[in-house]
Amino acid sequence: MKKHKKKNEFLYFTLRNKKLLVGLSIILLFLLLGLIGPMLTHNEPFAYVNPYGAQPPSSEYLFGTTFFGQDIFSQFVRGLRATFLVGAIGGGLGTLIGILIGFTAGYRGGIVDEILNVFTNIVLVIPTFAVLLIIAAYLQVRSVFTECLFIGFTAWPWAARAIRAQTFSLRTRDFVDLARMSGMKSAKIIFTEIAPNMMSYLVMTFILQFGGAILIAATLDFIGLGPTNTVSLGLMMQYSVLWGALQLGMWWWFIPPGLAITAIVGALYSMNVGLDEVFNPKLREM
Amino acid sequence: MLKLDKISKTYRVGTFGGKELHAVNDVSFEIKAGEVVSLIGESGSGKSTIGKMILRLISITSGTISLNGVDISTIKEGATKEYYRKVQGVFQDPFSSYNPIFKADRLFRIIHDEFYPEVKDQDWNEKVENVMKAVGLNPEHVLNKYPHQLSGGQLQRFLIARTLLLDIQFLVADEIISMLDASTRIDVLNLLADLKKSRGLSILFITHDLSLAHYISERAMILYRGNVAEIGSIEKIFNTPLHPYTQMLMASVPRLDKKWDQEISVELNATPSEFSKGCAYFDRCPLAFEKCHEKPPSIEVEIDHSVACWKALENNYVRQIKPVLEIKGGH
Amino acid sequence: MGLQVENLTVYYQTLRGDVHALESTTFSIANGEIMGLAGESGCGKTTLGHGLISMTPPMKYVAGRVLLDNEELPIWDNARMNDFRFKKISIIPQYAMNAMNPIRKIGRMTEELLRSKKVDYQAILPELKRRLDLVKLPHEVLKMYPIELSGGMKQRMVMVLSMLMDPSLLIADEITSALDVASQKAVAEMLVEFRNLGCCKSAIVITHDISILYQIADSILIMYAGQLAEKAATRTIIDAPRHPYTKMLISSLPKVGAKHVDKRLAGIPGKPPLLLNPPVGCRFRDRCPVAFDKCLEVPPFLEVKKDHYVACWKEGEKNA
Repeated sequence: MKKHKKKNEFLYFTLRNKKLLVGLSIILLFLLLGLIGPMLTHNEPFAYVNPYGAQPPSSEYLFGTTFFGQDIFSQFVRGLRATFLVGAIGGGLGTLIGILIGFTAGYRGGIVDEILNVFTNIVLVIPTFAVLLIIAAYLQVRSVFTECLFIGFTAWPWAARAIRAQTFSLRTRDFVDLARMSGMKSAKIIFTEIAPNMMSYLVMTFILQFGGAILIAATLDFIGLGPTNTVSLGLMMQYSVLWGALQLGMWWWFIPPGLAITAIVGALYSMNVGLDEVFNPKLREM
Repeated sequence: MLKLDKISKTYRVGTFGGKELHAVNDVSFEIKAGEVVSLIGESGSGKSTIGKMILRLISITSGTISLNGVDISTIKEGATKEYYRKVQGVFQDPFSSYNPIFKADRLFRIIHDEFYPEVKDQDWNEKVENVMKAVGLNPEHVLNKYPHQLSGGQLQRFLIARTLLLDIQFLVADEIISMLDASTRIDVLNLLADLKKSRGLSILFITHDLSLAHYISERAMILYRGNVAEIGSIEKIFNTPLHPYTQMLMASVPRLDKKWDQEISVELNATPSEFSKGCAYFDRCPLAFEKCHEKPPSIEVEIDHSVACWKALENNYVRQIKPVLEIKGGH
Repeated sequence: MGLQVENLTVYYQTLRGDVHALESTTFSIANGEIMGLAGESGCGKTTLGHGLISMTPPMKYVAGRVLLDNEELPIWDNARMNDFRFKKISIIPQYAMNAMNPIRKIGRMTEELLRSKKVDYQAILPELKRRLDLVKLPHEVLKMYPIELSGGMKQRMVMVLSMLMDPSLLIADEITSALDVASQKAVAEMLVEFRNLGCCKSAIVITHDISILYQIADSILIMYAGQLAEKAATRTIIDAPRHPYTKMLISSLPKVGAKHVDKRLAGIPGKPPLLLNPPVGCRFRDRCPVAFDKCLEVPPFLEVKKDHYVACWKEGEKNA
């Protein structure tokens, strides 16, 4: 059947796309590390285990120790968990809101579109740092979950815009008119006719939101506005800079988290480009 | 059965929506039960817009469309399904009418779920097979396939079969065969004519092709830039075209039995003018004169033949039909 | 003189194999002849038209020779064909009128085009203006942007440009399909006018609309599924075709005046074969009402009467 061949065609290109494969492998590697890493070490991340303070990587402490003698490897693998959590939940939330608003605006058009556009633009220009500072002043204790919520509620405009544009173009196709003439309600048309046609687009939007959320979280953590009760990669970098890792040459403190963030986000974007090539035949190198 | 009364559709265009685009301007006509009426016009004439307004896919700016006496704009949200049980449409591009990721017969499933949820699968499958045979499709060959595995002709027949499942009274056929190959066109056209005969279906056949219109319909309406130029029995329009636009069409359309009339000349470099209150054909018409600054009404000049042209009325063309050959030169 | 095509075979390379788009086609066009090339979708007319002038991948040259004015065209060598393009053989591609650079004034675009062919714009300007008069375009168009012109005007401009160097052969691919009725007539008639004035020697008009060909073409070549079916004078094709496909095709076209209630026309049941693994022999075999066992062999394109060629065993038998 043609559909079978079509699925195979996607699979064929997926398995041959270097960008996609390399990106995916890197992500999976870090994910694995984040999942089983904490079981490999019995040191608590903030426990002062090394009486000698900062020490470079050794057989006992894989990534060395901090200024205060904390196990960096332990912090690192737990930080990875937090990073992925923020990416998944924060990015997921952003995508979800973007989908709801984007579909509604794109399908309805007219006055509904105008109103949603204004709303989207307002959220877009809100100075997020200022708002976060105010929130930080009120919430003494912040969890990763709070951070996810915050990122999700402020990062969705990009997704909404992209989805709205795609919906606009799909809406003019005849099969949507046919669905309307079959008495289908708008919501049903959006989710059963339009959304499945945009699956590749939605997946790519989610990946971008995922990566974006990680970057935002890292930045927030670095300036001290991140979660207060867990360790994260950004937090590690903040502490390392705060305690003079750069001047004192404690490279093992800030390079692992920095490299990890760069690698993960870079891998995500690479996956995105690869997926774009898989889904869009015109971009393939033939 | 279906009546259009002074229908207009205006779009706001330009920056800040300052300008207006009159896609359809004051169009009135009527289609009786069991009648095929052709809506003839070139691109930009507003014919598809009228079709979509009848199908309630585009809102009407002014005027009323009534089905069996009921104004369709008064139909509430819940009653739209009732309307679609009686009125359906088929569009020009067969491949665009299908969601490419689903199989073609999903269309039938949608009709079942939306309109006949109580019908059991067994009875439904029988019903589907019957309509497929009615449109000349072999169920074994076309069911369970994806749109790209079927030909354009088969896809259009599928769409017609879908409308038959609903047992409609009125079909809007918007250029349904212009994207098909010449050898399949006539078969789909014959199918429409058969359905009219066997089920008393009324059809609005939207096309730009005069010979197809003549083949299948009894009455026709010539549309130019949103305005009705001429309307009436197709024989009368073809044999004695009264509107200068219709005359130009009849002389310029390439035919298989007659070479082109060398004498007809039309102003070729006219760029579409802004909407004027006068006759839409003014800037290209070789017969235009001062009265044409006022929009001509559609006047019945003989039984079942109306025209909207001051010159035609003035010269009372019905009695003295001047041969088309004598119209020379631009304005 | 004129065009001679011998055994031209062109395939398309795809992931799933070669599509046999054009199979062993042999025909000729006399000097001054406007030949219409007609057929339904997938018949190979666009492949033939484009193969003569620009064989770019995925088109693959397989076999055959093309002679224009007794000179062989190196159609397999895209680089060498550059010397012939625009000067000896020219093409008006489908949708050409929409392909004009929207941010270039027409005159500037023409100048750049001519410069790439090493022709001096100023030297040819008087001739260009003369041609513009012929197609009833004001000289001011050279200073306008494409968006300021209507479809018909753009198409006439493209016509002028493509015949500027007086090519021996002009290939016109669907030049009337996207135009309104009045522009269609004007463009089609201007093509004939140009040929009459010698701006091009011969022309191939590719279209699916046979009624346009009836108006302007001297002869018509009917193609089906990559093979040639019939070539004859226009009148003959319309009034007395001999190939079964041509007969059925012509009879399925409603003439103005035909009515369903009076005489019901018939189409051709079935659909054209896929050309990935084309059927053996005559490709019309499956839909042909008079097919018999010899049709498993490809029928030759025989001259059954003066300048009337048919590829059909049944018709060929009648003359044998």
